[in-house]
Amino acid sequence: MSHHVLSLLVEDKPGLLTRVAGLFARRGFNIESLAVGASEIPGLSRITVVVDVEELPLEQVTKQLNKLINVIKIVELDPTQTVHREHMLIKVRVDNTTRSQILEAATLFRARIVDVATDALVIEVTGDTAKVEALLRVLEPYGIKEIAQSGLLAIGRGGKSITERVYKS
Amino acid sequence: MSTDTPVPTIARPKGTTPEILTGSGAILRSLEMLGVKDVFGLPGGAIIPFYDELMSSTAIRHILVRHEQGAGHAAEGYAAASGGIGVAIATSGPGATNLVTAIADAYMDSVPMLAITGQVFSTLMGTDAFQEVDIVGMTMPITKHSFLVTRPEDVPATLAAAFHIATTGRPGPVLVDITKDAQQNSAPFVWPPKVDLPGYRPVTKAHGKQIQAAARLLADAKRPVFYIGGGVGRAKASAELLELAEKVGAPIVTTLMARGVFPDSNPLNLGMPGMHGTVPAVLSLQEADLLIAIGARFDDRVTGKPSEFAPDAKVVHVDIDPAGISKIRIADVPIVGDAKDVIADLSTAFTEATQGKDYDLSEWWVRLDALKKQYPLGYDEPDDGLLSPQYVIKRIGEITGPEAIYAAGVGQHQMWAAQFIKYERPNAWLNSGGAGTMGYGVPAAMGAKVAQPDRIVWAIDGDGCFQMTNQELATCTINNIPIKVAIINNSSLGMVRQWQSLFYDGRHSFTDLNTGHGTAMVPDFVKMADAYGALGIRVTKLDEVDAAIKLANETNDRPVVIDFIVSRDALVWPMVPQGVGNSMVQYARDHAPEWDDE
Repeated sequence: MSHHVLSLLVEDKPGLLTRVAGLFARRGFNIESLAVGASEIPGLSRITVVVDVEELPLEQVTKQLNKLINVIKIVELDPTQTVHREHMLIKVRVDNTTRSQILEAATLFRARIVDVATDALVIEVTGDTAKVEALLRVLEPYGIKEIAQSGLLAIGRGGKSITERVYKS
Repeated sequence: MSTDTPVPTIARPKGTTPEILTGSGAILRSLEMLGVKDVFGLPGGAIIPFYDELMSSTAIRHILVRHEQGAGHAAEGYAAASGGIGVAIATSGPGATNLVTAIADAYMDSVPMLAITGQVFSTLMGTDAFQEVDIVGMTMPITKHSFLVTRPEDVPATLAAAFHIATTGRPGPVLVDITKDAQQNSAPFVWPPKVDLPGYRPVTKAHGKQIQAAARLLADAKRPVFYIGGGVGRAKASAELLELAEKVGAPIVTTLMARGVFPDSNPLNLGMPGMHGTVPAVLSLQEADLLIAIGARFDDRVTGKPSEFAPDAKVVHVDIDPAGISKIRIADVPIVGDAKDVIADLSTAFTEATQGKDYDLSEWWVRLDALKKQYPLGYDEPDDGLLSPQYVIKRIGEITGPEAIYAAGVGQHQMWAAQFIKYERPNAWLNSGGAGTMGYGVPAAMGAKVAQPDRIVWAIDGDGCFQMTNQELATCTINNIPIKVAIINNSSLGMVRQWQSLFYDGRHSFTDLNTGHGTAMVPDFVKMADAYGALGIRVTKLDEVDAAIKLANETNDRPVVIDFIVSRDALVWPMVPQGVGNSMVQYARDHAPEWDDE
């Protein structure tokens, strides 16, 4: 199995997410991560999906998604030509002896402290999957109380835009 | 302006102030503008406002069914028989869920259908209101698309979009769920509405390069077969197919959904492939070096074990749905496009590709003709002295002829009707292929008769199937829709029984229906026909068969139900057992054909 990052330009209609998620479930495809938000065009949203499939089933995923009336465009993003980012909030256990070490680790990862309590810190980190996972490994020994994570976001490098390509054609 | 004014049937000229209509009025007017002539439905609380409008319509005939599933299948039969779209209407909640089976059926068989359902007030949605179900959510996996309308101003554009989606590209069912407040409130009626579907652009014209590639493969093939599916019928491409096939001179197999798309009388037609296909059709695919699959989807009932299907063949796969291509079998030449255009283009390209070439398939035909001669379709007379179901079905086809419409239920009788009735034209054979919906026959025949009132319409049904939807006989009698129903009464769920006989040591678990010979005969189908105001005839002997069929064909003042009491021991042959390769096709019980290279 291999990861594929798909960027979907979709109409922002009720039930859209159900249609997309339902299609994955129904056809037996596994969603690794899903991020939904507005696009640069009013009324259109962008969904970034990470799927874990081989080439051939991926073709089926893409074709089936394309059949959804509200899906306008699907692009598989080439990892070498794409910026990937994940966003994570980590609540880590601290005490007087560990606080400075954790702050130091956060600084090394260019992560930010967004909440402070006597027994815990909330750290916000943004980066590619490897970076986020590395920070998690560093923090693990101190005791991770809770994490909240966004789906992967991805966008192609350079001046081209997926939306432009759609609306030029 | 009030909604009581007579309904004009043409659009108002541009520039004038649009008329104010209720949402209900807008539904009716939109359907009229879209050219709808007949609809099938049953009212209920959440759709009463629309029915109030419908009552005054002179342009649209509404047929009140006895169960919403009947409306759904009738809409399917209407669409399949006419090549147009069928419309079914139901109320919210159970009315809508009763449509679900028919919608799923239409989805599997790519039938253009519009399902309109009432929904509770938008203010009540999500509160578990009386007769509330999330029908849009429920039908997402079984519709081409679905819409929820909560404002009257959205009605025209939504219905126009629904029509467009249902009838173009790969056709399919579209559901429009309209809340009661959207039906009651008013808005300006603007027609034609602006239909904006940026994500829907079906490809119809295929890539020239792909056509050339396909033509070259065909020109080089020694053992090509045209594997023709229902999509060719939906694309209305029979004439183009006939031209191409005769030019190439290659054999054709017509799937269950494609029976009639290519004439059975044409010697190029080897018949139906698949689990109950003819031996020549099944083996031609197994021995082919090239399949030209058009509007077919490599269904498991056709391929058997996919890894052993047509092992030596390259595949050209033509379909309007890109997702259908290379889903089961990787296509060497995928062609996305409308079958009508693609076949015409392929025909031209084939002429070019074979120019100056000696294109000769005679060696292939020596083999195929031998198979045809050795394994013609046939059946054994049953040992119990009862009528053979195959004979009955064959006679219905022979006496009634190819201009009639035949709608089957699902099971043994369906397979026999596909095998033993000879089809010469598209839209003559209606059945539930993909979904395998028992109960499709009677309401589909009803819909077909409404669409094509001048044709004789037979429902070839089973005693099991008939008991699922026979209530529509009342609809037929009341609305003067004189269909003929042949109940092939073997007193059992015959196809299940066949599997039990063959694969479960003859343990016939719960497949006796006690409707036939030597049983309590509950219900008595002749009395039932009588109760419904139909002509009921019981046939038990060979010499009664023809007379009954003729009487049915001559009776047009009411529906006819013939209860053919047939042997329950008849089995559908040939058969490829499930899970094995198609080369294991059995001509009759324990009689597999001699397989060339084994």
